[in-house]
Amino acid sequence: MKYVDEFRDRDLAEGLASAIRREAQSSRRYNIMEFCGGHTHAIFRYGVQDLMPENVNYVHGPGCPVCVLPVGRIDNALELAEEHGVILCSYGDMLRVPASKRRSLLKAKAGGADVRMVYSIDDSLKIARANPDREVVFFGIGFETTTPPTAVAIRKAQAEGLGNFSVFCNHVLTPAAIQHILESPEVRDIGSVSIDAFLGPSHVSSIIGSQPYEFFAEEFQRPVVIAGFEPLDVMQAALMAIRQINENRCEVENQYTRVVTREGNLKAQELVANVFELRPSFEWRGLGLVPYSALRIKEAYAAFDAERRFAIMTKPARDAKSCECPFILRGVKKPTDCKLFGTVCTPDSPIGSCMVSSEGACAAYWTYGRFRPQSSPAEAAA
Amino acid sequence: MCLAIPAKVVSADPAGETAIVALGPVKKEISIALLDNVAIGDFVLVHVGFALHKLSPSEAERTLAMIREAGGESELEAFAGEAAA
Amino acid sequence: MTSAVARFAARETALPLDGTVEMIHGSGGRATAELVRALFHRHFDNALLAQGNDQAAFDVQAGRMVMTTDAHVISPLFFPGGDIGSLAVHGTINDVAMAGARPLYLSAAFILEEGFPLADLERIVASMARASREAGVPIVTGDTKVVEKGKGDGVFITTAGLGIVPRGVHISGDRAAPGDAILVSGTLGDHGVAVLSKRENLTFETEILSDSAALHGLVADMIAAVPGIHCLRDPTRGGLAATLNEIAQQSRVGMRLAEAAIPFKPDVLAACELLGLDPLYIANEGKLIAICGKAHAERLLGVMREHPLGRDAAIVGEVAADPHAFVQMQTRFGGSRMVDWLAGDPLPRIC
Repeated sequence: MKYVDEFRDRDLAEGLASAIRREAQSSRRYNIMEFCGGHTHAIFRYGVQDLMPENVNYVHGPGCPVCVLPVGRIDNALELAEEHGVILCSYGDMLRVPASKRRSLLKAKAGGADVRMVYSIDDSLKIARANPDREVVFFGIGFETTTPPTAVAIRKAQAEGLGNFSVFCNHVLTPAAIQHILESPEVRDIGSVSIDAFLGPSHVSSIIGSQPYEFFAEEFQRPVVIAGFEPLDVMQAALMAIRQINENRCEVENQYTRVVTREGNLKAQELVANVFELRPSFEWRGLGLVPYSALRIKEAYAAFDAERRFAIMTKPARDAKSCECPFILRGVKKPTDCKLFGTVCTPDSPIGSCMVSSEGACAAYWTYGRFRPQSSPAEAAA
Repeated sequence: MCLAIPAKVVSADPAGETAIVALGPVKKEISIALLDNVAIGDFVLVHVGFALHKLSPSEAERTLAMIREAGGESELEAFAGEAAA
Repeated sequence: MTSAVARFAARETALPLDGTVEMIHGSGGRATAELVRALFHRHFDNALLAQGNDQAAFDVQAGRMVMTTDAHVISPLFFPGGDIGSLAVHGTINDVAMAGARPLYLSAAFILEEGFPLADLERIVASMARASREAGVPIVTGDTKVVEKGKGDGVFITTAGLGIVPRGVHISGDRAAPGDAILVSGTLGDHGVAVLSKRENLTFETEILSDSAALHGLVADMIAAVPGIHCLRDPTRGGLAATLNEIAQQSRVGMRLAEAAIPFKPDVLAACELLGLDPLYIANEGKLIAICGKAHAERLLGVMREHPLGRDAAIVGEVAADPHAFVQMQTRFGGSRMVDWLAGDPLPRIC
């Protein structure tokens, strides 16, 4: 597979590993937060941490739209499927995420609700066309990568007059989340947690460009390196971050130049701006209310907004007491700090989303990290 | 997050805003509504059935070259270190 | 026999195959008998079945016998390279074969949904008959029930299989020992990807066919060469990952795999990339995992590669002492990762 296999090359990995070993100063630690769950996945799937020296650590951030969706919104999706009897279409990722009282879309399906997994929102348009007498709702989740396809689908639905199709919009914004983490007391307070640099998300950046990160590098005095998705990209980006840290630079660098440009995909951005607008605030699991961090459907497309159509009210749902997801998502605590980890909360019976999504810090730790001690900034600062 | 994979455009229908892409031997129909001027032979990043962005072969080569160079420098330094010892 | 009954018995066994299954077909009366004769007896066609009894009676040889059963509820019913029928036959033969046993007979019970097209049912039955004939293992008894529309997915098939274990062969999941070699008989993930290509919502063009096949011939060759094989199992649902984890738990050992050694077809890898699936977890229906003493590994590999169903066989790892029974893999990339047991089916991911 072209442009994939080359970036998984073992020999090049060894070369980068020795470069990193050479350039990481033994007198300090380097804590690099990879914002994006896909990067966490790559790190674990290829065993990238094994190739890094002991003082260079990838810290897992909240970059999982599945992880950060609050229970209240999943409850709303269940309400749509169970009480309103719609055909609820969802990406596979959401099916097992726990809602309140340990319910989930998959369990609802087992109970008779019409929940259907789709690979693309286009599939849900097809379902809507094929079932004109049923309401079809698409459960829209994801960061900026996944939002443009939803915009395209809503406009298509309007152009076709597809009256039985609507979207339950839960699209969230990356820069707002990064800002919120950086502004949290734990991160601002020197000495408790140190994140030395960020690896910026690959594909969100293909849409929004590298420009939006320039604010963070400047304001928070931390390097941001936008990294590609393959293991060599993740390693090269770490090397670039290490160099910046060593040289006291705080810039936005783009490692993923084969896809990411400074301005991103303008056509996609325009389509999104045409269909969506900012919500003044939105609750993120683990981060509380984050201002201007999520999108809702504009008035012009109100007919396709499931929240309006079905008068959905979201209750702020309390996450299970003792669940440390809020702190784990921020990179402040590690999974083993949580009383529930491995006992009450396991991949088979997840309490918090960190355990459900295979990118969630707890699930990743459980699946891939169980046999090797993992470090976190909490540990690193000790 | 955002699993996206580079695939090669093997046929395109600009009016219908769709294209067929190949990832190795596997083909899939996807939407190109988010891009302009998609040509056969282009590589595009595919996510949830949509092409998000074109991939630049020259930048890909440049990145690989930089990765090779970083590894090569290391070897050189190691060699110099050994020679000096 | 009265002449009326004689006339009935001599009737042509043709069915109107443009019809659908109806409740009456499951009632046990004449309609059931007609269906059974026209479809099942005609295609499965063997002496035991033709006796028309509710059971098949046969002599047994001395020795250890093996019995297995399987329920098949797959969707879609037809996929590239097979269907629920051929899958049922191959799957049950393989379960018998994984004990090192020679399969003797199969049974097949059908739960049909009212409204299911008879033409489709015949396709499935004909396919089962072909699979059974090619494998040399007859379907000697069966049953048919019908459930109301909406209460079944077209057709569910339950099969059972009987076999006989050759003397001196003791194959079991708890026999893996540290130092043993782990082998697979060929490329992994073919069946799962072939099925996904047909499932609604996931469409792509690929030449992948399901690898559904009866493995008893291959197993017989393997046992003849290495009678002391420790474990055999076919990595069906959950793929290589689930199966190795099962055996690791049963034997209380760890496993260490080399990703570079595991055979995959390029199409399967590409399809998994597109969907965000890990090929280690994808089902196989015509492959087996073998665990044997290290000293016999090369010989076993050679024998497997000589068989048409084992041409791509490979040694993919080894068993290690490990109180946690972890299955770990050295990645192509150089680092190491865990190959864990998934909680449920692998779901395609966007994230």
